[in-house]
Amino acid sequence: MLVEGHPYLPNASSVFKEMLMEVGVESTDEFFRDLPNQSFELCGIPTKPLDEPSVINEVKRILSKNKVYAKSFTGGGPWYHYVPSIIKYLISRGEFLTSYTPYQPEISQGVLQALFEFQSMICELYKMDVANASLYDLPTAIGEAALLSARVTGRRKFVIPAYLPNDRKNVILNYTYPMDIRLVEVPLSKDDGCPDLEYLKTVVDSETSGIYIETPTFFGTINANIKAFVEVAHDAGALAIVGADPLSLGLFRPPGEYDADIAVGDGQPLGIPPGAGGNTLGLMVCRDDPRIIRQLPGRIVGLTRSKDEGRRGYVLALSTREQHIRREKATSNICTNEALLAISAAIYIATMGRKGIARVAKKIMYNTQYVLDRLREFGISPLFKCLHFRDFAINVGDIERVNRALIQNEIMGGRDLEKEFGMAGVSLFAVTELHTKEDIDLFAKILATEGRTKGV
Amino acid sequence: MFRQARFNEPLILEMGQNGRIGSNIEECELDINGIPRELLRSDLNLPEVSEVEVVRHFTRLSQMNWGVDLGPYPLGSCTMKYNPRLNEELAWLDEVQLIHPLQEMEGALEIMYKLDIALSSLTGMKRFTLQPAAGANGEFTGCLIMRKYHKDNNQERDEIIVPDSAHGTNPASAAMAGFKVVEIPTGRDGLIDLEILKEAVSSRTAGLMMTNPNTLGIFEKNALEIAEIIHDAGALMYYDGANLQGILGIARPGDLGFDIVHLNLHKTFSTPHGGGGPGSGPVGVKEHLEEYLPIPLVKFNGKGYELEWDRPKSIGKVRGWYGSFPVLVKAYTYLLSMGIEGLRLSCKIAVLNTNYFAKKVSTIRGFSLPFGEVYRKHEVVISAENLAKETGVTALDVAKALLDRGLHPPTIYFPLIVKEALMFEFTDTETKENIDLYISALKEISDIAYSNPSQLKEAPKNTSIGRLDEVFANHPKTMCLSYRMLKKSHASGK
Repeated sequence: MLVEGHPYLPNASSVFKEMLMEVGVESTDEFFRDLPNQSFELCGIPTKPLDEPSVINEVKRILSKNKVYAKSFTGGGPWYHYVPSIIKYLISRGEFLTSYTPYQPEISQGVLQALFEFQSMICELYKMDVANASLYDLPTAIGEAALLSARVTGRRKFVIPAYLPNDRKNVILNYTYPMDIRLVEVPLSKDDGCPDLEYLKTVVDSETSGIYIETPTFFGTINANIKAFVEVAHDAGALAIVGADPLSLGLFRPPGEYDADIAVGDGQPLGIPPGAGGNTLGLMVCRDDPRIIRQLPGRIVGLTRSKDEGRRGYVLALSTREQHIRREKATSNICTNEALLAISAAIYIATMGRKGIARVAKKIMYNTQYVLDRLREFGISPLFKCLHFRDFAINVGDIERVNRALIQNEIMGGRDLEKEFGMAGVSLFAVTELHTKEDIDLFAKILATEGRTKGV
Repeated sequence: MFRQARFNEPLILEMGQNGRIGSNIEECELDINGIPRELLRSDLNLPEVSEVEVVRHFTRLSQMNWGVDLGPYPLGSCTMKYNPRLNEELAWLDEVQLIHPLQEMEGALEIMYKLDIALSSLTGMKRFTLQPAAGANGEFTGCLIMRKYHKDNNQERDEIIVPDSAHGTNPASAAMAGFKVVEIPTGRDGLIDLEILKEAVSSRTAGLMMTNPNTLGIFEKNALEIAEIIHDAGALMYYDGANLQGILGIARPGDLGFDIVHLNLHKTFSTPHGGGGPGSGPVGVKEHLEEYLPIPLVKFNGKGYELEWDRPKSIGKVRGWYGSFPVLVKAYTYLLSMGIEGLRLSCKIAVLNTNYFAKKVSTIRGFSLPFGEVYRKHEVVISAENLAKETGVTALDVAKALLDRGLHPPTIYFPLIVKEALMFEFTDTETKENIDLYISALKEISDIAYSNPSQLKEAPKNTSIGRLDEVFANHPKTMCLSYRMLKKSHASGK
C-alpha cells in the first residue's frame, strides 16, 4: 500500500480502510485468493511511481532522439499537410477526448452529431451517399472492401494493382486469404503507373467480386481513364472500388461521378499530423444501395428523432451488422475505430470549407507542376509521363546519396522504391501545399547535383 | 441538479453564408489548361463558415457529450479510467506528431522497445507487437498466429472455442480469420464448465479465446486446468486483455497458461477512448509463437534500436506502419507515472471499488447479483430481472433514469447470459463518494419503480435530448446516414 497516495487513485486514502470494513475483509488479499501463481518479478517499469517532473524529463529525454525535420519531400504518405490551429484545441476538449463509443445516445449527442457531420462531409467530398464513421486506415479499408464485395456478390476473386505498397498488399492478403478469396494482380502500364486496362479486361470475369483501383495512384499519377476501369467491373457484375485521396477531390472529379460502388481513402491528409504513421484514418464510402449498406463494416451514425418531442437527434444505426450483436456473423470484427481522428477530419473540412479544400488541392497541384517543371529544366523527368498530384517517382540513380544530401539540408528525402519494388534507382517524393518556391528550388537543385539519372 | 447543455445545433452543412472562409490559406494561380476538362471537379458542397463559427459549433457539440472528465463512466469491460493530461501533453510533442515512419527515429523505437519489455513482463509473455490498431485488430492478429502455427505443424484445425459470455469481437475475429466458432455455455457458477469444455475440444480445435476475469467480473479459477485441457488437445490459449485490470500486477496471463495475449492500451493503460478510438491493441506471445508476430518488431542491437523486418515466419501485417504511436507514448508515460506499486494498487482499488459497490447494491430491492456471492474482480454484473418482473421497469429504464441524475449508466444487456444485465466497472480512478452516489441513485430509482413506475418510462429529461426513435433510424424508408440522404428525402417529400 502506497502510504503517500497517488494523484490518479483517489481511494488510496483513508477511505480505503473504510471500504474494506464495509465489505468485511481485512485486506484486498482476500479478493485474490483464487488467483494461482502470484509470485513473479516485474521488470521494465520503475518500482515506485515517478512524480510528474521526473516523468516529463524521462519521456522527453527519450523523444529528443527523434529528429524533427524542417521539410519533407517523402512520398507515399503519411504527408505533412497544413493543420489549422483550432483542431488540437477542439479535439483536446475532454468531452470528446475522454468519451466512449456513444452507446447511450441521449448523453452523447455531441460525438454522434460530429461523426454524422464527418460522414456527411466525406460523402460530399466523394459525392456518394453513405460513409461509415471510420476504419483503422487505408490498408484495412481495402481489406474490408474486398470482404464486402465478396459478401455482396457471393464471389471469391478480388483484383488489385500489382504495385501497391507492401503494407497495403500485405494487409489485403491477411484480410482475404482466410475467406478463400483469391487475389489477382494487374501489372502496371508504363505510361501512367495505373493498372493495364487491357490486361484487366482479361482477368475480370463472372468469378470476380470486385476490382480495386486508385487515383491518384501510389505513384501520384492520375488515372485519366478511370471510368473505363469502373465499366470493366460493372460489365462483369463486380463492384468497382476506388481508392482516392480526399484532398485530391478538391480538384479532381469524385468517384460518385464515375459510378464507383465503393470508395476508400486515408483521411490523414485532412489536418492530421503524421505521428510516425500512427495517426491513420480509414475512410469508406458507398452508393445508396441497400445491398451494400447492409454489408458495410464499422460504426455508422444515423439521424433520427426523439420520441417525446420529435426533435432531431443521432444514434448508432444498423448495429445489427455489428459484432456486439451479430457476433461471428457480423460484417466485421471492428469495434474501436478512429473516432477522434474522424472528428478531427470533420473540423478540418469544415474549417477549410468549400473554398479552402479547393485552394489546398490547387496549391498541391501547382506545387506538383512546379517541382516537375523545375526538375525538367535539369533534365530530370518523372518515371511516368502523365499528370501527377502531390506524389511523383523519379529515377535518381543513387537513392542513398541523394537522400543523404537532402538530409544535410534538413530535408527528408524520397521513399526507396528500389527496396520496396526492385525499381532500380527510383525514389518516391511528394510536395504539399506547405512547400514554398524556395523549398522546391533547393530540392530540385540537390537532385540535379546529386542524382545520376540513368534514364528509364 | 444535473442539466446537460441542450442547443438546437444545426448541422455544420446547414450553417454559414456564401463567401465565408474558416481558413485563409493562400490562393494560387494554377494553370488548369494542362488538365483535361473531364477530370476536373465542377462543384463541391461543403460548408462556408468562419473560424469562430467552427469553434463555437464544435464547442457546443462537445458540451452535449459526456466524458470521464465530467464524471464516472462505469461501462463494464471498458475500463473508463481517468486519462491523465500529462499523457496528452507528451503525445502532442513535435517529436511524436511530426515524425515520419521512414525517418530515423531512435526515440520512437526506444519507447516501443521499452513498452514491449514492460508489457511482456506484466503479462508473462516473451514479446509484443505494438502494431494492432485496437483490441479487435489484436484478436485478429492472434487468430492469424494460431492459424499459421497449426499450419506449420501440419495440423488441420479450423475451430475456435469461445464462451457465451465473451465479448462479441472474439467470435467475430475468429470468423474473420476463417475459423468456425464453437460457443460453449457458462456453467451455473458463472465459470467455464470443464465437462462441457472437454466435450467441445477435439483435434479440430485451434484454440480457446478466454477473458479472465470473465465478463461477469469473476475470475476463472480453473484457469490452469482449462489450459491443460486445451494444451493436451494440441490447441492454444488466447487471452482477451479487455479485463486485465482485474488481475493487473497480481497474476499474469502467461503464468495462467495463456500463449497469446492482447491488451487494450485505451483501457488498462489509461489512454483515452476519444469517442471510439484511436486505440491500441498490442499482442504478446510466448516463445514458441514469437516468430509468427507481425513485421516489423523493434529490437535492441547492443548499441541502439532498430526495426526487425527479416522474420520469414511472420504473419505479415495487420495494418499499415508500426502502430498507433501517439497512443503508445501515452501508455508508456502512464507506466512511469504508476510504477509497479502503483499498477498493483490500481488493481486492488478497482477490485475493492467493485466489491464495495456489489455488496451495497445487492441489498436494493429489485436488483440481484447473479452467480452468487463470490468476490468480483474489476467489474460486476447485476440483474434487474426482478425489478422488471415486478414493476415493468427494465435495465434500459434504469440506465435512462441514471442519466437524469447526471450519472452515466453501466453497460446494459451484456453479457447476454444475464437477464436485464447492468454491468458496472468503476475502475481504480473513481472516488468512494461517486460510488455512493450510484448506490443512492439506484435505491431511489428502485423506490420509484415500486411506487410510480410510469415516471421512469419518461426518462431521460435532463439530457440534451430525450429517448430516441431507433426504428425510425433503422427503417429503410426513413434511414438517413448523411446530409446528402437528408436532402434527397426532403426533395422527394419523405
